[in-house]
Amino acid sequence: MIVLERLTKSFGSKAVLNGLSLDVPDGQNTVIIGASGAGKSVTLKLIVGLLEPGSGRVLVDDAVVGEMGRDELAALRGRIGYVFQFAALFDSMTVAQNIRLGLARRGHNEATIRQRIEESLDVVELSGSEDKMPGELSGGMRKRVGIARAIALKPRYILYDEPTTGLDPVTAALMDQLIMRTRDLGVTALVVTHDMRSAFSVGDRVALMHDGAIRQVGTVEEMQTSRDPLVRQFIEGRPDPVVLEPVVRRSAG
Amino acid sequence: MRRLGVDSVPIALFIAVFTGIVLSLLSSYIFTGAVPLYFVGALVGKTIMMELGPVLTGMALAGRVGASIAAELGTMKVTEQVDALETLAYDRYSYLVVPRVLAATLMFPVVTAFAVAIGVLSGWITAVNLLDLSTTEFLKGLKQFYQFKDVWFGLVKSSSFGFAVALMGCLRGLATEGGAQGVGQSTTSAVVLGCEAILVLDAFWALVLL
Repeated sequence: MIVLERLTKSFGSKAVLNGLSLDVPDGQNTVIIGASGAGKSVTLKLIVGLLEPGSGRVLVDDAVVGEMGRDELAALRGRIGYVFQFAALFDSMTVAQNIRLGLARRGHNEATIRQRIEESLDVVELSGSEDKMPGELSGGMRKRVGIARAIALKPRYILYDEPTTGLDPVTAALMDQLIMRTRDLGVTALVVTHDMRSAFSVGDRVALMHDGAIRQVGTVEEMQTSRDPLVRQFIEGRPDPVVLEPVVRRSAG
Repeated sequence: MRRLGVDSVPIALFIAVFTGIVLSLLSSYIFTGAVPLYFVGALVGKTIMMELGPVLTGMALAGRVGASIAAELGTMKVTEQVDALETLAYDRYSYLVVPRVLAATLMFPVVTAFAVAIGVLSGWITAVNLLDLSTTEFLKGLKQFYQFKDVWFGLVKSSSFGFAVALMGCLRGLATEGGAQGVGQSTTSAVVLGCEAILVLDAFWALVLL
């Protein structure tokens, strides 16, 4: 289980997280929704120790990430797959080499590595793409390779950073299916997105992030029937009137 | 090592050829009427082996290698490839920095050795063809003041230049923030810092070893 306790994080004078707390229960897909720049990606990076919180704690399987030594952190990252927003594939390596890198680090033998590469590409429906370079792939294919690279390690958790952003509706739906498929493989997922269709499609629990904290968390049904005006505004995609009215007035001349 | 070393040989040799020509002509101009002309061989040899070979090659490679490393790592940083590497349990310094710094530390002296040889050769060809000097006289000057220390002094310096240039490129690259503009700024500062480091190290080695 992943537990986020009263996390704060600032970049310069800009406070991004302001006391964020959230539990990510095992075996479920938890989705964090929120506006762009709300600190969703920062939250994911805090979980794998890529960033350190200003205050608060991140616990993964009851161990505090910020107190881990180098070896413990490496072991933790072995249990967590990370799918980056723009895939973050190593562009000097082929698809197979991208997937191989993490497996080789864990000391798997050559036969196991080949088998895992084949299996993971099969899951994301990209069999036969082993020798392609990332530059030859579309945005959706790159994201699927990113998922293959994560699931090849057979992680306990997968963190998805904006998995459907920038994709056409069909490819976005395919990404959602892949996320559900990884959950069926027993993986606990934390997905951050501002794509409401995707959030309600893959989420067992959905949390709305606002002003650096969790505003409301609940099942998809609870969120859809929420009376919180902020939650309603976000899931219905209505702009904030305070921001919108001056813009409309200026446009009207 | 191939990319940092072998691919840098053409630019290093280009510089060495013209350095040898200019040194030969310049020393002849200074020595004529004052010092026997066979000292041209001594000046060309000593200067290229101990100073101009390592420093000019280092400067050229600071532009080529330092910029290349900073741009590559900077792009990896802003496209989250460095973060991706860490999530796969690789240490960014062990995987990205150490091999590049090691390769440059080992390959800079090799490239410099080629540059020194070609620089002296072009100085000799210039002396024989454009100055009133024979091969025997040029070699007499070259041998008269030659010490083995001249060679290793230059190579030790160039090794330290390689270390500094690659380290600056790596550190600036990994410190990149933002997008394309950030990569450009990192690349420029890596070259500037690399050149500055070469000049400081050049003075340091002169103080310590001479």
